[in-house]
Amino acid sequence: MHPKRVYVELLARYSKDGTMVPAMLKWEDGTMYEIDRVLDVRRAASEAGSMGIRYTVRILGKERRIFFEDTYSETGKPRWFVESEVNCS
Amino acid sequence: MDKRIVLSDLNACYASIEIARRPELRGKPVAVCGNVEERHGIVLAKSDLAKRYGIKTGMVRWQAMRLCPGLVTVPPNIDLYRQVTNRVREIYSEYSNLRDDFSIDESWIDLTGTCRTGKEIKLAHEIKERLKTETGLTASMGLSWNRVFAKLGSDIAGPDSVAEITRSNMKKVVWPLPVQVLMGVGRATTHGLSEMGIGTIGELAAANPDILKRRFGKNGTVLYAFANGIDTTPIKEEGTGLPVKSLGNSTTAARDMVCDEDVRIILMTLAESVAMRLREEKFKAYVIQISLRTTDLRWLIHERKIKRPTDITHDILDISFSLYKDIRLLPLRGVGIRVSTLVPADEPEQMNLFEDEKRHDNKRTIDRAVDKIREDFGYHSIQRGLTKLDEQLGTLNAREEHLNFARF
Repeated sequence: MHPKRVYVELLARYSKDGTMVPAMLKWEDGTMYEIDRVLDVRRAASEAGSMGIRYTVRILGKERRIFFEDTYSETGKPRWFVESEVNCS
Repeated sequence: MDKRIVLSDLNACYASIEIARRPELRGKPVAVCGNVEERHGIVLAKSDLAKRYGIKTGMVRWQAMRLCPGLVTVPPNIDLYRQVTNRVREIYSEYSNLRDDFSIDESWIDLTGTCRTGKEIKLAHEIKERLKTETGLTASMGLSWNRVFAKLGSDIAGPDSVAEITRSNMKKVVWPLPVQVLMGVGRATTHGLSEMGIGTIGELAAANPDILKRRFGKNGTVLYAFANGIDTTPIKEEGTGLPVKSLGNSTTAARDMVCDEDVRIILMTLAESVAMRLREEKFKAYVIQISLRTTDLRWLIHERKIKRPTDITHDILDISFSLYKDIRLLPLRGVGIRVSTLVPADEPEQMNLFEDEKRHDNKRTIDRAVDKIREDFGYHSIQRGLTKLDEQLGTLNAREEHLNFARF
């Protein structure tokens, strides 16, 4: 089974030097989750398809991977998605 | 000092991009195919797995399905391929500013002096791994002191690997190979060489260059040099070379073309698209080439070099049509136009003493006006009367349906 891309609404914080840091995201069910820590940032292809800037983050003690999909997006605009193991089709 | 050049060839590029984008396609044979209803249903690209079933690029969809009933076909998404390959090129440019793109999925990268001598192979592996982790694509890479053997290296490397061709292993690795794997050797040249008793690259390298020149003209000298690993063409600094070497567009008609008029209608739509893109990219072309697809699915190619480069729709149509008339083979399933030997449009040109300059300028003014109207109101807002003679053939929006922009 492959992980799925779940596109989400996301709040990001910009530092003074222009670095973008994801701060909070809204899950499919409407729950807001705070991103406690960014553990790693790099360009990567996603297991769920697509590619972009991958943020390995910690949310409620769990490690999750979220992507800023800037290379190609079906909407024509960069979007955020979460690599999700749950709700796989 | 010898140069250190890598050719990076993305494996099954379009199909791999589709698979990387849609994980559910992993492990399945995949082919990117044109639109079946409009009879563009040919295989544009296939995955490695599909290749194992004998599926080839250019094959009609039903033929491919017969070879592999489980084949998953997906429509092309040129925009996606372009953006992903642009990202790939960004990775290359982190390693060298000297790069020459052979096609959308093949680039030469000059690594000379970018690291300690002898470490270039390590660098090539690093680039290959980065492509994989950052874009999900694999590449075959060849490393050598010249472009020709770098390309050959990538051809023999196999997917997701690097092959190095050095002066010391060249005789063992390259020379026993058949001539047709060498860059620039097509079917006709292979045949010609075989008539001279030349079957391998080694035999070509040992041949008498004067005899080759007599038999193949200028190309004979080039072939001799290539077989010996002599290629002094420098790889240009990024952004200084012409980014595009040729532009082309081809289509399969909605029905077979059975008379000259049918062919002229389709050539008109193609000439419009090719000329419009030439103007967009600000180029003019010296060479016009047409390709004819027969109903038994053979391709015939015919070209002409013109004295004065052009970007005018009507000129390209007239030349293409006269090229077609040289062959005049009917019925036809598809046609294509390709223009090459491009020069910047603003390059000063020699006026022709016998040509009516006013008429020339008028044609250019018409083209510019049509471009502007289409830009503001959409492609179909203005059309040539010729395309109205047969609605079925003339409705092709060649501008948006160019699928072979990729092959420069």
